[in-house]
Amino acid sequence: MDYLPNIIFAVILIAGVGYFARNIKKLIRNIKLGHDVHTSDNKGQRWKNMARIALGQSKMVVRPVAGFLHIIVYVGFVIINIEVLEIIIDGLFGTHRIGLKVLPESVYGFLIGSFEILAVLVLVAVIVFWLRRNITNIKRFKSLKGWPKNDGNIILYFEVVLMCLFLVMNATDTSFQSMNAGNVVSQYISPLFGDNPDTLHLIERTAWWLHIIGILIFLNYLYFSKHLHILLAFPNTYYGKLTPKGQFNNLEAVTNEVKLMMDPNADPFAAPAEDDNADEPAKFGASDVMDLNRIQLLNAYTCTECGRCTSECPANQTGKKLSPRKIMMDTRDRLAEVGKNIDANNGEFKDDGKQLLGDYITKEELWACTTCNACVEACPVSIDPLSIIMEMRRYLVMEESAAPMELNNMMTNIENNGAPWPYNQQDRLNWVNE
Amino acid sequence: MKEQLKVPTMAEYMAEGKQPEILFWVGSAGSYDDRAKKITKAFVKLLNNANVDFAVLGAEESNTGDVAKRAGNEFLFQMQAMMNIEVLNAYEIKRIVTCDPHSFNCIKNEYPELGGIYDVIHHTQYIKELIDAGRLSVKGDTYKGKRITFHDPCYLGRANNEFDAPRNVLQNTNATLVEMKKHKRTALCCGAGGAQMFKEPEKGDKDVNVLRTEQALETTPDIIATGCPYCNTMMTDGIKAKEKEDSIIVLDVAELIANDQD
Repeated sequence: MDYLPNIIFAVILIAGVGYFARNIKKLIRNIKLGHDVHTSDNKGQRWKNMARIALGQSKMVVRPVAGFLHIIVYVGFVIINIEVLEIIIDGLFGTHRIGLKVLPESVYGFLIGSFEILAVLVLVAVIVFWLRRNITNIKRFKSLKGWPKNDGNIILYFEVVLMCLFLVMNATDTSFQSMNAGNVVSQYISPLFGDNPDTLHLIERTAWWLHIIGILIFLNYLYFSKHLHILLAFPNTYYGKLTPKGQFNNLEAVTNEVKLMMDPNADPFAAPAEDDNADEPAKFGASDVMDLNRIQLLNAYTCTECGRCTSECPANQTGKKLSPRKIMMDTRDRLAEVGKNIDANNGEFKDDGKQLLGDYITKEELWACTTCNACVEACPVSIDPLSIIMEMRRYLVMEESAAPMELNNMMTNIENNGAPWPYNQQDRLNWVNE
Repeated sequence: MKEQLKVPTMAEYMAEGKQPEILFWVGSAGSYDDRAKKITKAFVKLLNNANVDFAVLGAEESNTGDVAKRAGNEFLFQMQAMMNIEVLNAYEIKRIVTCDPHSFNCIKNEYPELGGIYDVIHHTQYIKELIDAGRLSVKGDTYKGKRITFHDPCYLGRANNEFDAPRNVLQNTNATLVEMKKHKRTALCCGAGGAQMFKEPEKGDKDVNVLRTEQALETTPDIIATGCPYCNTMMTDGIKAKEKEDSIIVLDVAELIANDQD
């Protein structure tokens, strides 16, 4: 029976990691519902962007207060997780603080000491984050209601609990405390728990188990929350746009048609070429998530709803309905819905009579966009809400002829006389002599 | 303008068997819009003063299709683009300058894939080039000591990372350049982009150009400088909405430099 804890630990670990892996597979399947995009170019630049923006947090610090606090939580999260490695080894092999067996006491003490300091800093940062979200008057947080608001807070509570468990676990570990190296913070908490060795051991074991179970629950919570950015920020910044922000893609399907129209030798009655374009999109633009590309869908899963995009959006700042954050949240919600639909129907999507356009994102939102790229610039993890807005405008105009009337007039003018206003093209040079 | 502007067309150059240094893409606003035409003329005056061998397409120029593309009409955009590319390529155009950041962005970034590959620059970049090369001089006394705030056009700044050229050019006027809180990368749009110029705004509590004008007014400027005909219109309207048209003027960088010539 000595091995019972080891076995229980292994089972919990496998269940936790396994369920997470299963959900990640679903997430990848959902992302692959989007069109394939060419992203094998410029590998050097892409790695550099990932290192600078995701690893280096370069765009977080544009807003210094939030940026600084975020770096603390981020560094804390990454570094304290080294401790998880020890916990897993200890759990599987029944050892206690295996780190002490392989590292000199001074090094081990230094490591744990820095974890403890980071844990306190993370606690402070998380409390400030909670205050910013719930007490202060920051519009981008205040405007969140319901699940998105709770989701944000739940993540903060998780962090508080995990950090406290880590410190309690150290504080009640009598052998660790008696070593007196690395207990820089926990030595001050230690007296709170008295000096009964049995009680201390019980508390230590409980904190240890809750800590690892908490981490596994948190890992699995990610998939259901907005918090996937801690993983997806890396691929997302890697696949981020490399061309100038002003450059919008040219639809290839349109190019083929326009070339055909302008080619005097083209046979207008020719049967369309078969084969190679077989899986070319049947529609122009996007009305649902399947019409978007994989990077746009990855963007949606990566968004952590910080709202920097919306707070920079000129339309939103002037009270219009458009919110780039909502565009991303809607895309994600619809994608999750489609994913559940596929799960429920044996791997096939069954038409549910809903789509991203209309059921989630309204025309009014789409037409309020000035395509100014402020949202794209603001995003700390290279999300491009503008590209989704553009795809949906394309659908509205090219598939539904549903542009606002004034825009239809403008486009008719361009068609007729090569200017957005009804002036004669022959008069283009009149200004010289006016 | 007092003196007659020299504005040769590509057709005339072709007839003489010559190539200009640069093609001036006037753009739809610059050709037809009354306010924008003044910017066009100011820029031509600078080109004439610097003895630049330039040409325009005249009646052979058509809308870039940029605004149709931003409105979602990819068909119309590509039709316009391919027609323009056919003309530009037939004239073997290598270098293009334009006063419109939207044309600039569109021709520079979106035409190449469709077969139109040119060296495209914005007029503020070209004015800087002319000044740096000693071909154009600025007196530096017309606006001396005046407070000028430059409003970054989205499609020059954020979209194409050009923040310095217009500011460098403005420094030649010896005016005091003052920055709005939101400038360069974080500049607020004037409200005209994405085809908004051609439609009524959606329901909201304020117009974007009024908000941007308020941001400009915080710098207590004498002049709001622009680098885009649409921004110019929006900021001018904003100044009117704020009833400041008697004390503050909105001028394009080209106009400011053209007014500061011998």
